[in-house]
Amino acid sequence: MQLIFEKGAPGRHLSLLPPCDVPEVAPQRPRTEPLELPELSENELTRHYSALCKRVHGVNDGFYPLGSCTMKYNPKINEELAALPGFTQVHPLQPEETVQGCLEVYAQTEALLNEITGMDAMTFQPAAGAHGEFTGLLLIKAYHRHRGDTERTKIIVPDSAHGTNPASAVMAGFTVVNVPSGPDGCVDVEALAAAVGPDTAGLMLTNPNTVGIFDKNILEITRIIHEAGGLCYYDGANLNAVMGLVRPGDMGFDVIHLNLHKTFSTPHGGGGPGSGAVGCKAFLAPYLPGPVVRREGGGFRFAAPEHSIGRVKDFYGNFTVVVKALVYLLTLGKEGIPEAAENAVLNANYMMARLREKYAMAYDQLCMHEFVMSLENLKEETGVSAMDIAKGLLDNGIHPPTMYFPLIVHEALMVEPTETESKETLDEACEVFLRLWEQAHTDPQALHDAPVTTPVRRLDEVEAARHPVLRYAGA
Amino acid sequence: MGSYVPNTPSQRQAMLETIGVRTVEDLFASVPREMLVGDGLKLPVGRSELEVRRAVSALAERNKVYRTVLRGAGAYRHFIPAVVKSVVSREELVTAYTPYQAEISQGLLQAIFEYQTMICSLTGMDVSNASVYDGGTAAAEALTMCRDRKRAKAYVSACADPQVVETMRTYCFGSGMELILVPEKEGRTDQEALRSLLGEDAACFYLQQPNYYGNIEEAAAIGEIVHGAGAKYIMGVNPIACAVLESPAACGADIAVGEGQPLGLDLSFGGPYLGFMAATKAMFRKLPGRIVGQTHDAEGKVGYVLTLTAREQHIRREKASSNICSNQALCAFTAGVYLSAMGPQGLRQAAVQSMSKAHYLAEELGKIGLPRIHGGEFFHEFVTACPKTEAVLRALDENGILGGLPVEGGILWCATELVSRQELDRAVSIVKEVL
Repeated sequence: MQLIFEKGAPGRHLSLLPPCDVPEVAPQRPRTEPLELPELSENELTRHYSALCKRVHGVNDGFYPLGSCTMKYNPKINEELAALPGFTQVHPLQPEETVQGCLEVYAQTEALLNEITGMDAMTFQPAAGAHGEFTGLLLIKAYHRHRGDTERTKIIVPDSAHGTNPASAVMAGFTVVNVPSGPDGCVDVEALAAAVGPDTAGLMLTNPNTVGIFDKNILEITRIIHEAGGLCYYDGANLNAVMGLVRPGDMGFDVIHLNLHKTFSTPHGGGGPGSGAVGCKAFLAPYLPGPVVRREGGGFRFAAPEHSIGRVKDFYGNFTVVVKALVYLLTLGKEGIPEAAENAVLNANYMMARLREKYAMAYDQLCMHEFVMSLENLKEETGVSAMDIAKGLLDNGIHPPTMYFPLIVHEALMVEPTETESKETLDEACEVFLRLWEQAHTDPQALHDAPVTTPVRRLDEVEAARHPVLRYAGA
Repeated sequence: MGSYVPNTPSQRQAMLETIGVRTVEDLFASVPREMLVGDGLKLPVGRSELEVRRAVSALAERNKVYRTVLRGAGAYRHFIPAVVKSVVSREELVTAYTPYQAEISQGLLQAIFEYQTMICSLTGMDVSNASVYDGGTAAAEALTMCRDRKRAKAYVSACADPQVVETMRTYCFGSGMELILVPEKEGRTDQEALRSLLGEDAACFYLQQPNYYGNIEEAAAIGEIVHGAGAKYIMGVNPIACAVLESPAACGADIAVGEGQPLGLDLSFGGPYLGFMAATKAMFRKLPGRIVGQTHDAEGKVGYVLTLTAREQHIRREKASSNICSNQALCAFTAGVYLSAMGPQGLRQAAVQSMSKAHYLAEELGKIGLPRIHGGEFFHEFVTACPKTEAVLRALDENGILGGLPVEGGILWCATELVSRQELDRAVSIVKEVL
């Protein structure tokens, strides 16, 4: 498909602005290069973007069992209310008394999420999960420093963790200590006990973990860290499995981040904007980024935490994303929140039970909201890899599971159906998975060649990396 | 209560049977009993769509929406063509994940490739990434790009947006880079101070253009000072101003960053916005975050993929150049649609009209006793002295006008192409009444 720069004609434009009604002023040292932007009519423009949108696959287009990403349905009422002019037309630096509704959105959402997670205070400034991790780790750093404990320079991360965990720890100035997982995919408690010491700043953990198992030793794990003088950080990527049922705060975690764009139904937008809200226990609240929203008298105001690490972003966060999460929280409420978690776990176990017939499970036990299959044996037998199965799914209108993650499982496919899919959808998807397994044995070449129905076939990533073409270079 | 769970009780029962357990509780057997909250959560009961609509609309109504906005300071209300929202509200786009599965994500990947090209065109730089969270984090990430073993000090103009500076400080608290402010002199970066401050350990200097006070800096001359000291030159620029001001590339910038909100994004109480980041060829491998590249498919057809991923956290883990994962993809898409709709003529008009209206406002305010406190050129923001700041802003507020932002020394005003001469005249006459 042509690039937008290859369409239109010089001089073509939309009629957008009236003539300037004041004397025109020009800078003394003006731009000298031509401004190379598309020159199209409105009709051409909308056709171009319509064509692009037809080459995008969203949750609205079909089943999206992308492990660790919680691709649940994104309710339309969220979008409608977040688009109200009373939210979108508000300048972030308006006087506090003119933005009481915005402040209350933050205050209400904070109260609901604190209750769900067992935390005492929250910031919505982080724009995404990784940004939240960075923020949470800085809270840990500031806490130790404030106590005069400068020796705590290490963050413990299990080898099953998301790549953001170690990357965030390094950005926050820590060194990373990797601890191995046990045969059940959970933290090896003995290895953990051996790894902690006076240099332990904290532990980062996802629970349920990245193989979809709730770590039954969680209380012992957080106790080991606390006894060593460290703090416990909860990566909220998998909260959807347990929200309303178990609280990270009760597991012994001191600071958490949530992905409102996963667990709380705000859309991913093709990779953002998200919201990586960070919650913490009361003793860490003085370190939160400022400003935070506080209730005062009958209204709300901004306040600066006493020992704040400083802001991690301009203004207050991805505000309209938070509006969407609030709409979701108010809709589901006390019963709906745990109901969602229960059905996420039910759906995952159902799919696992059906697929177990053919596919090898990396951890063959009941799972939480997601499960990991290992296609190592299938690949050995037939040459068909996890990648091939994933590409075969594309030809069947299904977004593939997360591939090759976690790193501790070979030929991994991580499946997370979410609670918003019906049994019929799950059954259809299972049929497709099982059919592809058969096809791997009868016609492996067809799967090596997949996909064939998509706008392009498999793309050469090596070429892209070796000879980077990162912008349109002109006709 | 509201629910998005489609399965009926009988379907759930059938599923439990397939799994081989009796109840849903059995699925949670691995969770220690004592940890379950049971009925203990203090949450309100769920509500119907109509009830939620009422409750949240009431919150929106408690905010004041001004007819006229004369305040910027990092967030700007510009004209947004109707076509922008029509395109970016398409649900396949809104509900898609990051385009890891390239074959079914060509639309998104191509749009980001086009966005990258437009950012390169605006800034004159060689390579753009696919966006970061906002202008502040873009500036903070740029400092890290410049660090090496011998050079770990980041110098930042005191005339940069204070929020951006604070964000950079927080990132430096993480990375251990030292941040040093280069002082202001009469509303602009003190070039003599800059020259004497930059030493052999200077990694970079960050200049905001136009600066926080709206003043246009001598960016090319400053670039020469920075490069003379062997440091990297980062420019934080307003993307609309790029249409008429000397480009960062022409000023010698190694990295150009900025807040992309003026490119078709609503004010939205501060977010979501997007940070754009572009660099020279020499530095592009240090860019954080996602980058889209062109390639070919198995049949030789042109296509797009996320590329150069060896920089990124999911491959490199603790050795990654940044932890960024999700960025602001939909906002970058929006900026691309905005720039395509405006085109070179429209964007230049938006820039020229913003600058011209700000100058008109400055002149009219000057006539009634609110003179600019700085000399020299400015773009679409400027600071005036004001004897009665509070009374002036209150009077404007009562007339549906958001006046400039109170800052040290007076008021920081802003005008864009969105305000008419009539609105400006009205604002000035209201101010005159108060004085």
